[in-house]
Amino acid sequence: MAKKKRRSMLYIPGNNPAMIQQAGVYGCDAVLLDLEDAVALNQKDAARILVRSMLETVNFYDTEVCVRVNNMQTPFGLADLEEIVPMQPDNIRFPKTESVQDVKDFMKEVRRIEKEHGIKNPKMTIHVMIETAKGVANVYDIAACEPRVDAITIGGQDLTADMGIVKTPDGAGIDYARKRIVMAGKANNLDVLDTVFADVNDEEGLKEETEYIKKLGFAGKALINPRQVDPVHEVFNPSENEIRKAYRVYSEFYKNTKAGIGVFAIDGKMIDAPVVQRAITVLEYANIDIKDIEKSLD
Amino acid sequence: MTPKFKAQAGTFESSDIMVLIEPVAEGSGRQVDISSTVMLQFEEDLKTCINQVLDVMEIENVHLIAKDKGALTPTIKARVETAVKRSLGIQEGTL
Amino acid sequence: MKNALGVEIPEYIEGLGELQPYQGVWKSIIEDEVPSTNISRTLKAKKAHTSKFCDSLEEAIKKCEPFDGMTVTCHHHLRGGDGVLMQTIEILDKMGIKDITLASSSLTSAHDGLVPYVENGMITKIFSSGIRGRLGEIISMGKLKHPAIIHSHGGRVRDFLTGRIKPDLSVLAASAADEEGNSTGSHGPSAFGSMGYADIDARYSKNVIVVTDNIVEYPCVPSTVRQHFVDHVVKVDSIGDASKIASGTTRITSSPMDLRIARIGATVIEHSGLFKDGMSFQVGAGGASLAVAKFLREDMKRKNIQGSFMIGGVTSYGVDMLEEGLFKAIFDVQSFDAAVSTSVLNNPKHVEITCDQYANPNNCGAMTNKLDVVVLGALEVDVDFNVNVITGSSGEIRGASGGHSDTASGANLSVIVCPSFRGRLPIIMDRVHTVVTPGESVDVIVTERGVCVNPAKPNLAAALKKAGVKVVDIRDLKKEVDSMTGVPAKKELGDKIVALVEYRDGTIIDVIKNVTNLE
Repeated sequence: MAKKKRRSMLYIPGNNPAMIQQAGVYGCDAVLLDLEDAVALNQKDAARILVRSMLETVNFYDTEVCVRVNNMQTPFGLADLEEIVPMQPDNIRFPKTESVQDVKDFMKEVRRIEKEHGIKNPKMTIHVMIETAKGVANVYDIAACEPRVDAITIGGQDLTADMGIVKTPDGAGIDYARKRIVMAGKANNLDVLDTVFADVNDEEGLKEETEYIKKLGFAGKALINPRQVDPVHEVFNPSENEIRKAYRVYSEFYKNTKAGIGVFAIDGKMIDAPVVQRAITVLEYANIDIKDIEKSLD
Repeated sequence: MTPKFKAQAGTFESSDIMVLIEPVAEGSGRQVDISSTVMLQFEEDLKTCINQVLDVMEIENVHLIAKDKGALTPTIKARVETAVKRSLGIQEGTL
Repeated sequence: MKNALGVEIPEYIEGLGELQPYQGVWKSIIEDEVPSTNISRTLKAKKAHTSKFCDSLEEAIKKCEPFDGMTVTCHHHLRGGDGVLMQTIEILDKMGIKDITLASSSLTSAHDGLVPYVENGMITKIFSSGIRGRLGEIISMGKLKHPAIIHSHGGRVRDFLTGRIKPDLSVLAASAADEEGNSTGSHGPSAFGSMGYADIDARYSKNVIVVTDNIVEYPCVPSTVRQHFVDHVVKVDSIGDASKIASGTTRITSSPMDLRIARIGATVIEHSGLFKDGMSFQVGAGGASLAVAKFLREDMKRKNIQGSFMIGGVTSYGVDMLEEGLFKAIFDVQSFDAAVSTSVLNNPKHVEITCDQYANPNNCGAMTNKLDVVVLGALEVDVDFNVNVITGSSGEIRGASGGHSDTASGANLSVIVCPSFRGRLPIIMDRVHTVVTPGESVDVIVTERGVCVNPAKPNLAAALKKAGVKVVDIRDLKKEVDSMTGVPAKKELGDKIVALVEYRDGTIIDVIKNVTNLE
C-alpha cells in the first residue's frame, strides 16, 4: 500500500461541532481534532466528550484523523486518553514530548486502555510533538524508542516560547530544530511535519514557507484554516513536468526489469534505484497508480 | 442518579446545542424543554435523542432545558452527557 | 390536469384565467405554442416644447388617472434600498385606489411595507420573480386575494408581450434623468448600474413615470430608458437608501465550506470540456456561486484561457475579470455594487442589456441561449435534479426565481452549488418543496460531499471521474446526508394554492400551497 500523504494537517478545535462534522470534506490529507491549546480550560471535559462522540459516527472519508490530547503532566491528559484511545482514531498526537521516559509513560497508559477495551492489534499510531529545547535535544532517542510512533512534528510557537525568543517570519529561531527533527525522523523512517503558519491572509508567505520546509524534507505542514489547504498542496504536488519525467522513468524501469535488465539509461543518464524510488513518490503525489502504468505496458 | 448541581454544556453557535440542567426533588420525574431552529422538522428526534442519553445515564429526576441550533445527533448526545456529568459533580465545567 | 412533473394544476383560477401545464423545458417554445398576442404600443402624443415635469410623484400619478383594478409595475434595481415602490403604493392608497395588480420585477426586504396593503385587499394580485421576508410569509399564509405568480426574469418579458401582464402605470426609479425622461442608473449619487429590467416596463406600459433624485441638464447621456416612452418626470428628495442600493465592491465569501464547494465547482467546469477559449459564463452574486468565479479566474490565468462574455447580475468581481482581459465583454442586466455602475458608465465592453435580450424565451436572441456555463445556487434540490429557489424548509415563500430557470435552460452546462445540508436540514430531497428549475435543465449538483451528475449526461460524469472529481449518485448522497442529519418530519401544508410558479414559457411548473404553521 502506498504511504499516506500528509501534505496538509488541519487543526480543528475540539469543542467546535460545526467544524468537526465537516472535517472530512475540506480536502486536506489529515485533520487534527485538538483537545489541547484550542480548548479553554473549563471546556476540556466538553471537548473530550464531543470528540469521542463525533469519532463514533462522523464520516471522515479518506481524511486521516488525529486527536491531539493534553500533555500527561496536566490534569486532562489521562482523562483524554481514557475517552479517545478506545475510539482508535488513526493517530494520537502527544504534545510537549521531551524524553524517552515521556513516551514510555503515555504508551503505558495507551496500552493499558487498549487492553482493557479488548483492542488486540491496534492500528492507531502515535505522533510525538517536539516543542521544547529539551525535546529537540532528545529527538533522536524519542524517534527511535517506540515502533508505533510514525510521525514527529515540531511546534514552533511553544518552542520559541521555551527558548525565550520571538518567532520571526523567517523562522530563524527554529531553523536548527527543524533540521535536527527532520534528520531524526528520516533516520527512523518517520514522517516529519511542520508547524503552523499563523497569518491566514498571507498566502504568498505560506507558500514560501512551505517551499522551504519541503526542501528540508518535511512531509507536510499543520494548518489552522481550510483556506490554507490548496496553497500547501500546490507546493507539495509535483509539476506537470516532474510527473511526465517520473512517468517515463517508471515505464522504462518496468520494461527493463521485465526484460531482466537492472540498470538502464534515459537520455544518457543512468537510472538507478534512488531515481526510480523518487519517481514512484512523485507519481504517488500525482495520484497516479503505478499498477495502471504497468497494465498499460503489459 | 440524581443531579445535584445546576450545570450547562454546549454553546449557542450554529450546529451546537446548549443544554441546561436543573436539579429537582427526588421522585419528581423528568421534564425536558426543547426549543430549536429545526423544531418543525426534528422535535421528536431531539426528544428521543435526549431521553436516550438520560436513560443510559439513569437520570430519572431532572429538569433539562435545551436550546438547539441544528446540532447533529453526536453533538446532542455529547452535550447532554457533559451537562449531566457536570450536574452530578463528576466533571468540572462552567455554569 | 397534471403537468409533466406530475403536479396537479388547476385549469382555471379566478382572477388569473386559464392555466397551461408545464410540458418540458423546450416543448412549448419549440413547438410554437406561444400565444400569438401582439402587444401594440400605447399612442402617446404630446405638443412640442411642453414640460413633462411634475412637482410630486402624487401629481404625476394623478395625471395617469389611476383606477381600481389597474396594474402597477416597478423594477428592483434598487434592491434592498428601494424607496420608490412603497411611495407609489402609499400614494395610490391615499387616492383610494383598490384591487391593484402589482408587477414588480422582484420584491425585496425593502417591501415588507406592502404587508398591510395585501392584508386589507388594496393589492389583490402580485406578479414577481421573487418574494421575501414578511411579505412572503403572509402570502404563504394565504393573505393575498389571488395566488401570486412567480415568474422568471425572462418569463416576465414574455408575460408583457403576451398580455398576461398589462401595465397601466410604471414608476421607474433612476439615478439620473433629464426633463424628457431620458434616464439611467449608471451615474448620479444613487447610481445602481444597469436598468435592464426597467426598460421593458418603459416600452410596454400605458403610463410611464420616471422618478429620480438627480435631474441632470438635458440631454442625460448615456441613458437607458429613452424619452419617447416617458410620460412624466418627477424629482424627489430620495429614491431610497443609497447604502443598500449599491455600495463598494462585492467581497468573496470567507466561509470555508462555501469556498470548498466553489473550488469543487470550478474543477467541474475545468473538466467539463467547455473550459477553453471563447467560453461564456455566468455566476450568481454571492456565496459559493460567486466564489466559483474566484477559482475560475485563477484557473483561467493558470491555463491561459480567454473567455468570450459574461452575463447576468454583475459584481465587481466580474468587472475585475473583464479588466484583466479574461473575458471580452460583459452583458449586464443588473448590477450589484458601486464599482459595477462605474464600469457600466465608462467601459464600452461593459454593455447594458435589457431583460428581453438577457432571457426572454420567446425572442430570437436571448443571451442565455448563448451561454456555455452557468453557476447557480439552490435552497433545495431533489433526486430528479429539480431545484427550488423560492420556498424555504417549511414551504414558506422566501426567495427568488430570478434568472435561475432561464440560464439553466440555455446554458450548455448548468452547475448548482449548494451545501449538502444547512443547519441540520438536508438539501437533497425526494422532491423539492417547489420546482422552479426542472431537473431536465440541470446538469451538475456540486456539494461538499460529492458531485452529482444528471444521468442524462453520462459523458460528463465519465470526464469528471477521470479528472479525479468525486462523482456520486444523487440517491446515495441523499442517503448519506440523511443518515447524518436524520430525516426531517413531513410537515402538512394546507390545501389552498397561494402562489403559482410560472415556467419561463408561461406554463405552470408548480403550485405553492398555504403554510399552516407560520406564526
